[in-house]
Amino acid sequence: MSSLAVRRSKDYAVKAISTGFAVLALFLLAWILFTLVQKGLPALGLNVFTQVTLPPGQNGGLLNAIVGSLIQIGIAMVIGTPIGLLAGTFLAENGKTTTVGHVARFVNDILLSAPSILVGLFVYTFLVAPMGGFSGWAGAVALAILVIPVVVRTTEDMLNLVPVGLREAAFALGAPQWKVVMLITWRAARAGIVTGILLAIARAAGETAPLLFTSLGNNSWSTDLSKPMASLPIAIYQYAGSPFDDWVSLAWAGALLITVGVLVLNVASRLFLARNR
Amino acid sequence: MTSAVDPTFNLSSSVAARPDAPPAPAKIKVENLQFYYGSNHALRNINFEVPEKRVTAMIGPSGCGKSTLLRIFNRMYDLYPGQRAEGAVLYDGVNIVGKELDPTIVRTRIGMVFQKPTPFPMSIYDNIAFGVKLHEKLNKAQMDERVEWCLRKAAIWDETKDRLHTSALGMSGGQQQRLCIARTIAVRPEVILLDEPTSALDPISTSKIEDLIDELKQEFTIVIVTHNMQQAARCADITAFFYLGELIEVAPSDVIFTNPKEIKTRDYITGRFG
Repeated sequence: MSSLAVRRSKDYAVKAISTGFAVLALFLLAWILFTLVQKGLPALGLNVFTQVTLPPGQNGGLLNAIVGSLIQIGIAMVIGTPIGLLAGTFLAENGKTTTVGHVARFVNDILLSAPSILVGLFVYTFLVAPMGGFSGWAGAVALAILVIPVVVRTTEDMLNLVPVGLREAAFALGAPQWKVVMLITWRAARAGIVTGILLAIARAAGETAPLLFTSLGNNSWSTDLSKPMASLPIAIYQYAGSPFDDWVSLAWAGALLITVGVLVLNVASRLFLARNR
Repeated sequence: MTSAVDPTFNLSSSVAARPDAPPAPAKIKVENLQFYYGSNHALRNINFEVPEKRVTAMIGPSGCGKSTLLRIFNRMYDLYPGQRAEGAVLYDGVNIVGKELDPTIVRTRIGMVFQKPTPFPMSIYDNIAFGVKLHEKLNKAQMDERVEWCLRKAAIWDETKDRLHTSALGMSGGQQQRLCIARTIAVRPEVILLDEPTSALDPISTSKIEDLIDELKQEFTIVIVTHNMQQAARCADITAFFYLGELIEVAPSDVIFTNPKEIKTRDYITGRFG
């Protein structure tokens, strides 16, 4: 065989193997989504959105869990977004070479990959135990701690993509640094920063472990943040393990809701990014 | 447009030798300037004068320090830790490299246009209003007037007057660069620094900007860094040649390009190195 033919066959083999694994990965993903839709869609009746948790067989819903998740994620974003945004801005604009910057970036990277159950235990120790009980506040704080490193990282990365020339041009007009950052660099990077925030919401929406030790879950209607609060991931966790068929199908409906929500956020962030490029 | 080579060469008197040019006092005076990037001694003992309302070109091979000097004039180096200047740059007699002077004040008086067009991600109007708002409180009518004034000065009014509120990012590269010049003029500086302003542009845009430079020197003192020696010869009254961090020669452009005193200058402009 000529050397060209050998090279061609090697090329073909590598292409075939990598295509095969790509198909396998996509197949697994499609399988999960298919199962989710197959089991979740029939359970997704009007009662899911109008009824709170009811005893098995009484056609209950997920209203308390949906609202609880929205409240806790909302508060987590209100706490986490400004902290993450400003910390990321510091790292990109001022902290490139300083010791504080290096340490903050390192700690943030650890936080980004820390198991989320650790965050739950941390908030349990410092908030739940001293306050004497599980609460919606504790759940929101735990989610905020998960949101911060995501926002810090994407903000820093996106600001680093802003050309140095744009900053210099703003400085050259006699602008002080805070105006350069707020009016020029944030603006230039806003699509990427917003995408990061949307992805952080998606991450917070799917977390179960940090909520187990903090907001616990609640089978009744409650919007009192000082009391235990329901959430979709916890509801799925509870219902999926129950022996009752209607609760199990509610768990599938909840899982489908979260997945669709995260999917919508991802698509929205991509559209936003594409439109602002 | 010929002037005799004066052996006791002096900037202002040489400029005065041109029939259309009255004597120009020095707007910027560089005295014993040293500049360091960390431990790298990038500019050595520079002594140099920029005459008022003239175009001064700085030429030389890459890494010779010409852009470095330009960035000292408006304190751009201040943005980067590890860069420092010693000596004096006197602007109307005030030393602007001293730590005591706020760089934002220096930059208001000495504007800068960069190599690559840098429109801000906002409308054409807002690109100009951004700089003006930093220093002045104008009402809507005054701002409209200022925007029109500087766009006219930058010879881009006719192309932009119907699309002032559309994104500046949709303009061509040459238009963007003239917008950047308009934006710089809008804050009414006295000196405009141009850092290779046409190196990213096509020949037609380049010639428009060169015409513009000619217009602007009626009102502003202009310093231009360029790799293009024809451009220096066409636009500049004075040309300074830098090599390896030293100022080799400074003279009226027609002298530098026809009868330079230094061998190094002659070798560079005839393309023997660079």
